[in-house]
Amino acid sequence: MSLYARLTGWIVLLFGLGYFFIPLLGLTEFSLKARRGVYSLDAYAKIIGDTEFQATFSYSVVMALVTIAFGILIVVPTAFWVRLKMPWARPYVEFLTLLPLVIPAIVIVFGYIRLYNTSSWLPLTGTVTGTNLLLAFGYTVLALPYMYRAVDTGLRTIDVATLTEAAQSLGAGWATILTRVILPNVLPAVLSGAFLTFAIVIGEFTLAALLDRPAFGPYLQRIGANKPYEPFALSVIAFAITWACMGLIQLVTRFSKHMKAES
Amino acid sequence: MTWLGLMPFVIFVTLFLVLPTMHIVIGAFQDRSGAFTLQNLRDLNTGTIPSSYWISVKISVASAALGCLIGFGMAAAVVFGAVPRWVKSPLMTFSGVASNFAGVPLAFAFLATFGPVGLVTVFLRNNFGIVLSRDLGFNILSFWGLTVTYLFFQIPLMILIITPALEGLRREWREAAEVLGASTAQYWRMVALPILFPSLLGTFALLFANAFGAVATAIALTGSALNIVPIQLFAQIRGDVLGNPNLGYAMAFGMIVITAIANVLYIWLRIRAERWLK
Repeated sequence: MSLYARLTGWIVLLFGLGYFFIPLLGLTEFSLKARRGVYSLDAYAKIIGDTEFQATFSYSVVMALVTIAFGILIVVPTAFWVRLKMPWARPYVEFLTLLPLVIPAIVIVFGYIRLYNTSSWLPLTGTVTGTNLLLAFGYTVLALPYMYRAVDTGLRTIDVATLTEAAQSLGAGWATILTRVILPNVLPAVLSGAFLTFAIVIGEFTLAALLDRPAFGPYLQRIGANKPYEPFALSVIAFAITWACMGLIQLVTRFSKHMKAES
Repeated sequence: MTWLGLMPFVIFVTLFLVLPTMHIVIGAFQDRSGAFTLQNLRDLNTGTIPSSYWISVKISVASAALGCLIGFGMAAAVVFGAVPRWVKSPLMTFSGVASNFAGVPLAFAFLATFGPVGLVTVFLRNNFGIVLSRDLGFNILSFWGLTVTYLFFQIPLMILIITPALEGLRREWREAAEVLGASTAQYWRMVALPILFPSLLGTFALLFANAFGAVATAIALTGSALNIVPIQLFAQIRGDVLGNPNLGYAMAFGMIVITAIANVLYIWLRIRAERWLK
């Protein structure tokens, strides 16, 4: 490797790293400037005390948890069933789960608003509970590509057929097999999918804004227009949550590899 | 009866993914009374719609091209050993996170950095006397502002996808080329780049689609200052600004067509690329 190539490599890498870290630095620095002349956590204190923040944030957390539950309920049995009984259907199911990456979220929610409005056959947007449910379903769709891939990869590492037959010969029904044999075995994969879902849902803007639900993403966008420092403090918090989720995924993956190596 | 086990999934996907999308697609070909028409698609060529598609395409192309270039450079620096090997693992982890990080907080991060009182803006002004908006014509609420912001998730996505492809380039190919008397430039031009070409073009298509569908970052960053397709569609869904719901469907349909073409291109080129890189 010539000196020239080495130098170019370092320059490109440092430029790229600067690109990633300077905006994070800029964001953090700005969020600390609420008090004139000194760095302070004033913006954070103000925002955490804001009742609307508390309300929208807990709304999004609950939404994320509901979405994860829906996701697991739909994805785990499906991926299991496809592996066990219908391997020929795998490309089709996989194709369907990848569609949300092709169809922009704004188009999907546009369809919801027109298809499930008050004068339709399934007037979900007519009631608050119905709209919340629709939002959770929408989030489940957005998370589908990640959730399915994670679970399917997890299933690949275990012998689904043997485990199922063993459980059946001991008298287990489908529900028992899924909850007490399959799920514990793919738990690290499910957790990875769950953390990623959490990270996506917590700051999601488009769906929540267009379905007019009081979620964290639209709140962040709204106060961005009329408060000086608080939105930046909030963005730092949102970044931190995303990083925490991704860190947890790494941890879970490493932990499961460790377990496999020992067993 | 084995197909029964797939029913919950099929029903869910039909109700909350396929039917809503079909509703939009069919609506794009209907007039207000529900009769078949191509008028909506023709009307896409009126008012501000063509310019919004054009600027969306330009931003997507610019951010995808720059993302490919910088991401390729970074991945190459790591894979070909210009920088120590241990850099790779943290870089890949970081890319996994950053490539998912589009949205409202990203917009604020760039406002705090390149905005009127942002970190870099103030630093350049105080230390070098350079005013970004005056001397370089740079404004965060503009075409380049949005492109620069999108790069934050485009570069990591490129790194994630192209690193395995670069690692698939075998040492033997380079050695064979050298034995036959090829220079480094010739090796790249006649061996490595043709092999990588489907991967590069495919990733470009994916990055393009990725930028084209991004809504939240654009809205939080520019409000309605920049007239790109997702922002205009957002306004249309909120308040029917086009004054014709079916024209809104046609706009959404246009978005699906563009992202679908880009994705099909990506999948097709990926299959081609895998012939060589195993």
